[in-house]
Amino acid sequence: METVDVTHLQELLDSFANKDVYIHLETTNGSYASHFQEGFFNAGAFIRNVIIRYELGKVAGESPHRIGLKLPSGWIYAQGITHYTLDEHNRLLMAGLGPDGKLAVALEISETPFAY
Amino acid sequence: MLQKERHVLVVFPHPDDESFGIAGTIAEYIEMGVPVTYACLTLGEMGRNLGNPPFANRETLPQIRKQELLDACDAMGLTDLRMMGLRDKTIEFEDPEKLVKMMTDLIEELTPSLVISFHPTLAVHPDHNATGVAVIEAMSRMPEANRPVLYMKAFDNDTLNQLGEPHVVHQTPNVADKKIAALRAHASQTVWMLPDMEKRWAANDKDALDWLYNEAFYIHKFN
Repeated sequence: METVDVTHLQELLDSFANKDVYIHLETTNGSYASHFQEGFFNAGAFIRNVIIRYELGKVAGESPHRIGLKLPSGWIYAQGITHYTLDEHNRLLMAGLGPDGKLAVALEISETPFAY
Repeated sequence: MLQKERHVLVVFPHPDDESFGIAGTIAEYIEMGVPVTYACLTLGEMGRNLGNPPFANRETLPQIRKQELLDACDAMGLTDLRMMGLRDKTIEFEDPEKLVKMMTDLIEELTPSLVISFHPTLAVHPDHNATGVAVIEAMSRMPEANRPVLYMKAFDNDTLNQLGEPHVVHQTPNVADKKIAALRAHASQTVWMLPDMEKRWAANDKDALDWLYNEAFYIHKFN
């Protein structure tokens, strides 16, 4: 993954618009957050291999960026995206990595299902 | 000196649980000629350490961690590794009967004299606790006469308060090199902590050496 190039990432988001695509969306503080810091309110969310179709996808803000996908009757967004790649399976993988190298958020878009 | 066993079955959910928790125990049993089977339930697909700049992404991490697991098993001398195909962070949401059957099948096939897994409530990560729950449930359904002993790892901050001192402590300084090699094999998980640990070992830091040489367990009491 490379740090986000807004123009290129915008082109990639456009290329998946108006198609049935598989989504991976994840936010996390890690399972050990409240072990290492007592009282830490640990929250996160995860969906994988849900099929959606978006009509408009947009990169917003300076890094870390926000990515929003407008659906016919809803929305998906991810905040904190720093890195992206189009991998060898033509999947658009985006991630928000902290300075410590830990993933905090991921948003991935693919025309084929992600592995289990 | 570890007690001789007929066969040891280790059940943990993530590649690296075995190296952090019991690499010395595994290596020592293998040196004693005790067969050890490790059932690793997931490939740690949801691990957060990807580096910055990143060395992996969400989709390549599982294959990296699989290779690290194979290398760690080599370092410990473990040859019977079972990768069970579940997904990281989903164990507690699985069908409980599916998990119990998985554990029952392993125990019936291997007839271990000792099973090592996580404590069902004091193992911090939800996957750890859920693994312990499934192992205990499977073993509690066995006839008492056939039931192996169960050692559990517990490391919640409240462990000492709830369970008291560990029931068993394996001292394994003779295989410390293998434990270090196993930890190094899990580079994606340990590259941030090992350099600091190595300094502390070199400086004879008591807590760091205790962590390296001693592996503590609680024995489960079945009703």
